[in-house]
Amino acid sequence: MISPMPCSHYIIRKQYFLRGVCMTVMRKFWSKHTIIAAISAAALTLSGCAASNALNEEEDAPAADTSDTVKVGVLHSLSGTMAISEVSLRDAELMAIEEINAEGGVLGKQIEPVVEDGASDWPTFAEKAKKLLQKDKVATVFGGWTSASRKAMLPVFEQNNGLLWYPVQYEGMESSPNIFYTGATTNQQIVPSVTWLLENKGKSFFLIGSDYVFPRTANKEIKAQLKAEGGTLVGEEYTPLGHTDYSTLISKIKEEKPEVIYNTLNGDSNVAFFKQLKDAGITADDITVLSVSIAEEEIRGIGTDILTGHYAAWNYFQTTDTPENEKFVAAYKEAYGDDRVTGDPIEAAYNAVYLWAAAVEKAESFDVDAVKEAAGGIEFKAPGGTVTIDGDNQHTYKTVRVGEIQADGQFKEVWNSGEPVKPDPYLETYPWAEGLN
Amino acid sequence: MDKKKLGYWLFFIALFLGPLYLTEFRLALMGKFLCFAIVALGICLIWGYTGILSLGHGVYFGIGAYCTAMYLKLESSNGQLPDFMEWSGVSALPAFWIPFSNPVFALAASLIVPALLAAMLGFLTFKNRIKGVYFSLISQAVVVVFVTLFVAKQDWTGGTNGLTNFTTFLGFSLASPLVQIALYMLTVIILGLSFTLAARLTNSRAGRVLSAVRDGENRVRFLGFNPTSYKVFVYSLSAALAGLAGTLFVLQVGLISPAMMGIIPSIEMVLWVAVGGRHSLIGAILGAVIVNSAKSFFSETYPDIWSIFLGLLFIIVVMFLPNGIVGAFESWNEKRNKAKQKGGTADAADSVVS
Repeated sequence: MISPMPCSHYIIRKQYFLRGVCMTVMRKFWSKHTIIAAISAAALTLSGCAASNALNEEEDAPAADTSDTVKVGVLHSLSGTMAISEVSLRDAELMAIEEINAEGGVLGKQIEPVVEDGASDWPTFAEKAKKLLQKDKVATVFGGWTSASRKAMLPVFEQNNGLLWYPVQYEGMESSPNIFYTGATTNQQIVPSVTWLLENKGKSFFLIGSDYVFPRTANKEIKAQLKAEGGTLVGEEYTPLGHTDYSTLISKIKEEKPEVIYNTLNGDSNVAFFKQLKDAGITADDITVLSVSIAEEEIRGIGTDILTGHYAAWNYFQTTDTPENEKFVAAYKEAYGDDRVTGDPIEAAYNAVYLWAAAVEKAESFDVDAVKEAAGGIEFKAPGGTVTIDGDNQHTYKTVRVGEIQADGQFKEVWNSGEPVKPDPYLETYPWAEGLN
Repeated sequence: MDKKKLGYWLFFIALFLGPLYLTEFRLALMGKFLCFAIVALGICLIWGYTGILSLGHGVYFGIGAYCTAMYLKLESSNGQLPDFMEWSGVSALPAFWIPFSNPVFALAASLIVPALLAAMLGFLTFKNRIKGVYFSLISQAVVVVFVTLFVAKQDWTGGTNGLTNFTTFLGFSLASPLVQIALYMLTVIILGLSFTLAARLTNSRAGRVLSAVRDGENRVRFLGFNPTSYKVFVYSLSAALAGLAGTLFVLQVGLISPAMMGIIPSIEMVLWVAVGGRHSLIGAILGAVIVNSAKSFFSETYPDIWSIFLGLLFIIVVMFLPNGIVGAFESWNEKRNKAKQKGGTADAADSVVS
């Protein structure tokens, strides 16, 4: 493809360089090839569109209703930074599916899980969600952990009219018609725990969190609540995900002397933070730390010795005393090993499968719209107490619990809300939250 | 039309006919891979031809994508404040967002902003004769700066969630399969044009100077050329290509977040080019498509252990095909030609550059 260059002088002198390049590009682009390309492009566009229409019709044809299995998607990160947390959710969902299958399945059909890896990467979540809905034509999908992965999947489910069950506590301010939220929204975890802290542990708060949407949004809400309920804010700090050096932050904490640290750090940062807090001589007796992202699984990773005496707020603990939980923990350990622990998101993922199955039975159909219609008011005797789907916002009623971390890595429940709390993702029933949304 | 040219035409026509033989889902995937191929072309220009190893192209890709995403977000908000700003406590649209309600401005910005940023960064570093691994390190630092900035300014950028949930583009519904097919075809056409542009550039005398800069920058300088302007030019061109790819990516995938401009994606971009063959433009395109297809295929087939397979692929390529797939093919071809007739032909020399 060598061709003679008519204007060679530009190469030597800088000032002609750009003009020269532009001229060359122009001259060479408007050649015969360009015209051929343009014409064939136009022709091919037309034929392509026509053909793909035919293909789409084929694809959109309803899946045969005669088979004796029904496919559901299970979409969590099995690789990457989130795998450590999300693999347990997949395990819990597969266990629930197996249990339901052993009881005869849903509407007489066995549930066939299609497992995909979201790879801790948000576009991958969108890609795999699309694959599950368009290629596998699953009846529903259980999946996600981070808010970013949910936000990435949301348009896919809305555009394809799919159904997603999202099992993790999150920052609220969302209610998609195609998503059921079986984890807590803020008024079922953060808001009551702040009230409990104010009543029992102290008025001055220091907020620390990883730098992403959940901590930032949660802290905005906490600040508004503190103002309304008589607390004071002495500090608010964010560190990048994966940050491990907390010495500066801890000296700030020492200076400000808060009574409570409200911790929304995520992942590995917790290990560094709690270790360095202990090394600095601050124990649970000096400052109470309440975390919202540390469950039994994370305690194992961080180490019980440095966490003992601190608190966490959830809707379920492995130690929650219900007959359903006894059965659930025993089954989970039998399936995946004695060393495994359950936890709040694991329980919420397990519940999601049962809630979906119940909604399908009530609707007598796997059709997404029919299932959504039937879901309102569905109840399930979950390991953490009865959960009910709120038909208006597709969240669930859940009991709020605060637990103290024990030396054996389990929680001792110190407070609970007594009855399931109605989900309020937009905090509409709290006057102090008015400016937030 | 020689054999090579015919091959390229067939390749692009086959891509263009994708909607005929790919399902809706596979077509969307392919569209995404072709966006990556445009980035790979740009990296091939600066790395394979000019010898600048940039480990920060995610930034240019991301900025291009964000510029278009800002327009899409405003269009889908129907004149109201975008949802993430509402819950981040912003009461009025920030001033720099306002011009992005104009699609022409947004699309132009998605090309010009990355190019200008690259020109600025390039001018400062190349002027001071910073090159090699030092330049690579600086480009990584730029990534860290931008990702931190985008995550921290949640009220302006959507934070870690990024910008998502778009509905329409210029009034066309992005959910419609026809619009997606049109966008796919547009991507193929733009890829073809970018390829032609890059091929013409590398075959021009300016392209020879770029290769000369790679092989002996000081000699080029002593011959009276100014390497800085050539390097700045090709670096900005490659950033503009990345920005263009970002625009096409956001239109097809419907999502952009800081995770996609981070260090890992930036290094992945270089890997695509390495696998395909960094001295060949078509190799860069093939590399992007092959690596990403392999990633999708392995992760669908073996969701638990797919990363091991992908790792193996990289190890095999690095150990046995140091010049990538196309490089290996070409050297094999060359050997065969040499065996056939003694003495190299002009064709063999040509194949290295195009």
